[in-house]
Amino acid sequence: MTTQFFDEANVVGKTFSGFGVDENSLISILGKWNKDEAKTFRTITTFFIQDERHFEKWLVEHLDQLKREFLRFQDAIVLWTMHPWERDARLIKKALTDGPKSYNVLVEIGCTRKSDELFGARKAYHSLYDRSIEEDVASIVTGIERKLLVALVSSYRYEGPKVHEETAKSEAKTLYNAVKNAGKKHPMEDEDVVRILSTRSKHHLESVFKHYKEFSDGKGMEEEVEVYLSLKHTVECLSTPHTYFIKVLEEAINPDADEKMKEGLTRVIVTRADVDMKVIKKEYPKKNGATLVDKIEQMANGNFKNFLLTLLARGE
Amino acid sequence: MSTLTVPAQVPSAAEDCEQLRKAFSGWGTNEELIISILAHRNAAQRKSIRQTYAETYKEDLLKVLDKELTNDFERVVKLWTLDPAERDAFLANEATKKWTSSNQVLVEIACARSPQELLLARQAYHARFKKSLEEDVAHHTTGDFRKLLVPLVSSYRYDGDEANMTLAKTEAKILHENILKKAYSHEDLIRILATRSKAQINATLNRYKNEFGQDINKDLKADPKDEFLAILRATVKCLTCPEKYFGKVLRLAINKRGTDEDGLTRVVVTRAEVDMQVIKEVFYKRNTVPLDHAIAKDTRGDYEKMLLALTGHRDA
Repeated sequence: MTTQFFDEANVVGKTFSGFGVDENSLISILGKWNKDEAKTFRTITTFFIQDERHFEKWLVEHLDQLKREFLRFQDAIVLWTMHPWERDARLIKKALTDGPKSYNVLVEIGCTRKSDELFGARKAYHSLYDRSIEEDVASIVTGIERKLLVALVSSYRYEGPKVHEETAKSEAKTLYNAVKNAGKKHPMEDEDVVRILSTRSKHHLESVFKHYKEFSDGKGMEEEVEVYLSLKHTVECLSTPHTYFIKVLEEAINPDADEKMKEGLTRVIVTRADVDMKVIKKEYPKKNGATLVDKIEQMANGNFKNFLLTLLARGE
Repeated sequence: MSTLTVPAQVPSAAEDCEQLRKAFSGWGTNEELIISILAHRNAAQRKSIRQTYAETYKEDLLKVLDKELTNDFERVVKLWTLDPAERDAFLANEATKKWTSSNQVLVEIACARSPQELLLARQAYHARFKKSLEEDVAHHTTGDFRKLLVPLVSSYRYDGDEANMTLAKTEAKILHENILKKAYSHEDLIRILATRSKAQINATLNRYKNEFGQDINKDLKADPKDEFLAILRATVKCLTCPEKYFGKVLRLAINKRGTDEDGLTRVVVTRAEVDMQVIKEVFYKRNTVPLDHAIAKDTRGDYEKMLLALTGHRDA
């Protein structure tokens, strides 16, 4: 076998790692290998195992991974083309099905969409599933975050600039006290915490979070509630959504990411491409050294990669 | 069915405005003329009249009514002239500002309207009060009342006719268990009443009656003085048999010493174009007196005339 062959084998091995599939390489390499080269490939690669009956058998886990990686482009296209209302409704349904580890998607949608967009998702959910979002969230979520999550997906926040500073200050104090009292009462069980975070307008909350720092020696609320995941995500999504989305991207790109976390890459890019992707792209390198575009070049393949890069380039 | 009567040949909005202007001009006000016009126009027509009046005379018709009319007559005409969504927003805001635990207006708006009407009311609330309905309800109510009312006003129930019988069985059981334990504000009890579709709730409550022998509202009468139970019963009634609920509000409003004009006005104005015909039938069945007789006996003057006109009394 020539060095060229081993180089090619390397390329094929890499085509399925990361995100998506390098279709062109697969076509040009696999399409031309002869039987010997194909057999050698099966023998040397870790995708196959020598079976007792004397053939190289494809590892089932790898076939499953292949399926997922081939589908990644399709899913991205479908998600992108969908009406945003249907998109959010389906994302919510999936998060509920996937379980507690995916409940951050519920917070994400409940907090980062405009009021009419969130209501649109509620309408689409009716059409798709013959149920309301709130009834499903209320009956499926059983943990301590239930109250908060139901309230977040039911909100229809005022979006005007009017803020009552006195109220904002007093509500900041209420939140601060609830956090200080966390040892005695879980902050997500605190009715006022849920009330303030799920009903107040975003401008009002901006003021609330600002005043919060006056009570906490400069520490932001999201720092102080780090251990309460849903609460932390809520505060982040309501104050600096791009910080939250960058974390989701980092988690997705992490080599230890499982499939659900990897899906975050598509979801964030598709749903934020026309919203705050500029800010996300700008802030991303500050913690991560490389730019988001570079990371995607590195970790994604083929059509999937090209599609993401195209979405990232929108508006430039 | 509506009791509103609109003339076969409806004058144009411009003609109506001219007449209204005449009714306001000079000393005093021609109340009969006002009633003869406004009490016989549907919501779309009244909206058109308001718009035309503002364009023609550069004045908001509602402000003029405020100036020219007084007392109960003023309130009934003003409320009637408002768009249903604005009216609900106004009534809801009034209810939160002077909220007492016997106030059932919020329950009426959250449960006796269709999901779409509730959404429109929430939008109107934003526009008029620069706040969200749920933030005001959350801010002005406390304890168990808040636990129930906030989810109720935030709901966007699925509006289909299908009901899941297995779910009805499970949830009837949950309701019953909590009622037996007197856990009236239990999360699951509130969850069911605040998020399930009306069709589903109907199925569940029918199942409840079949399985446990009584209407749920009979079981919720355990303590006749408990105001939270009263609100729960109102919730159930508004969701399942609004005509009976409103028939009762009317009966209590009229029988009270001196008549509770607020309740009387509110029911007539909010139901005239919806189901006042059925409410009248329910009222007669329960009280052996036709509604218009009861109204005529207990009210006077222009207020009485307006109410009679809206409830389809022949001579009005």
